[in-house]
Amino acid sequence: MELKIIAFGKIADITAGKEWQVAGAATTAQLREQLESQFPGLRGMTYQIAVDKKIAATDTPIFPQSEVALLPPFSGG
Amino acid sequence: MSSSDLSGRYGRQMLLPDFGEEKQRRLLAGSVLVIGAGGLGCPALLYLAAAGVGRLGIVDFDRVETSNLHRQVLYNAGDIGLSKAEVAAARIRAANPDTAVDVFNTRIDTGNALGIIAGYDLVVDGSDNFPTRYLVNDACVLLGKPLVYGSVYRYEGQVGVFNFPDSATGTRLSYRDLFPRPPAPEEVPNCAEAGVLGVLPGIIGTMQAGEAIKLLTGLGEPLAGRLLTWHWLHNSFFEFRLSPDPAGVSAAPENEAAFKKTDYDLFCGQETGRVKEVLPEEFERLAGEENWLVIDVRNPGEQPRLAGRPYLSVPLSGLENRLPELQGAENLLVFCQAGARSLKAARIISERYSHKTVCSLKGGINAWADYQRRQGESTDHLPGNQQSIP
Repeated sequence: MELKIIAFGKIADITAGKEWQVAGAATTAQLREQLESQFPGLRGMTYQIAVDKKIAATDTPIFPQSEVALLPPFSGG
Repeated sequence: MSSSDLSGRYGRQMLLPDFGEEKQRRLLAGSVLVIGAGGLGCPALLYLAAAGVGRLGIVDFDRVETSNLHRQVLYNAGDIGLSKAEVAAARIRAANPDTAVDVFNTRIDTGNALGIIAGYDLVVDGSDNFPTRYLVNDACVLLGKPLVYGSVYRYEGQVGVFNFPDSATGTRLSYRDLFPRPPAPEEVPNCAEAGVLGVLPGIIGTMQAGEAIKLLTGLGEPLAGRLLTWHWLHNSFFEFRLSPDPAGVSAAPENEAAFKKTDYDLFCGQETGRVKEVLPEEFERLAGEENWLVIDVRNPGEQPRLAGRPYLSVPLSGLENRLPELQGAENLLVFCQAGARSLKAARIISERYSHKTVCSLKGGINAWADYQRRQGESTDHLPGNQQSIP
């Protein structure tokens, strides 16, 4: 299944783009693994995954056509 | 204050549907503590004072630097070298004499946070580092105070309201539900390292003021349990719903005694317990003392040079190889152009030689040069501020 991914902050620099499609993963934990093997720069980085605008605090299922966002913390003030 | 006094200044907002004198009086009776009078704090303070919030507290230990002026809009060129909290207070008092302003010209820490925050209805987080963000969050949770969060990175920003009941579920979520684990120290650069456009904190800080006004008046839907993101380049706004993270929240100190013993620098992986950032006046004092070694970590040729005292030139790129040269010095004072490289260098030195005292000049030689200029000028031009810097 195809997933739309939106990246924020420094994540977008690493993935060289702020929006793209991937062949889907079934859960947020799987997606994290997949992204980290595709983009080694993401390993060890801190970010939350949101599925259809809801942040996933625990491993969460992802469905076809889900919109996924990768949200790192910002500290600037 | 009489109704006609109120409508003289606040009439245009009192005209709004559902606002009226009632909401205006709630603002006048309200109090907001703003942590940081920087990129976020300046617009937040300005709009909160303009709206008629009765009392504002300002927490900032820093001094105005030239590099602040592109985004910290309460300050102007004549304020360089002066205390941010004092200057911001003077500007706010002049803008709205109805607003009482408390100045806290200090770092917020576990010793003073609970006492300071307890005096206000809510807190606006305009800080620029993770240890402070977690510290302020935990203090607000312990005291039951809503926290209006805002942060920026380059061309993007985030806003949210923590510790206030979500309209749908009634749950109060905290910063630790959103980001239970802080990033590693080098992972998220601050504005000095990554850069930022002034309108970003300008808008995010103003939105924070907007959320505070919602909380004080009861109007509108506060971003409780939500995170609003904005990307200036792409004109995109997103609103995310937070989920509870009990594991993340359970890592917070569970009472005041535990809070006071928490080391937030260590929690955020920063060993800055051993590395201290010093302002120009302290740098001057220490550089003049016998047993301090001063180190310039810039590349050869960078200007201005440090005048009037001896120093060792050790460019950051070659520091690791030259650490043995520093073995003999017990106390080291490190500087660079703007304060970012020297902090990195100070940490490298401190990690190798953990018994040494290592300080980094905050704001770099740029701040030192501003301070030197200020020393030669009168500082009495601010209304109500008759003191000059020591």
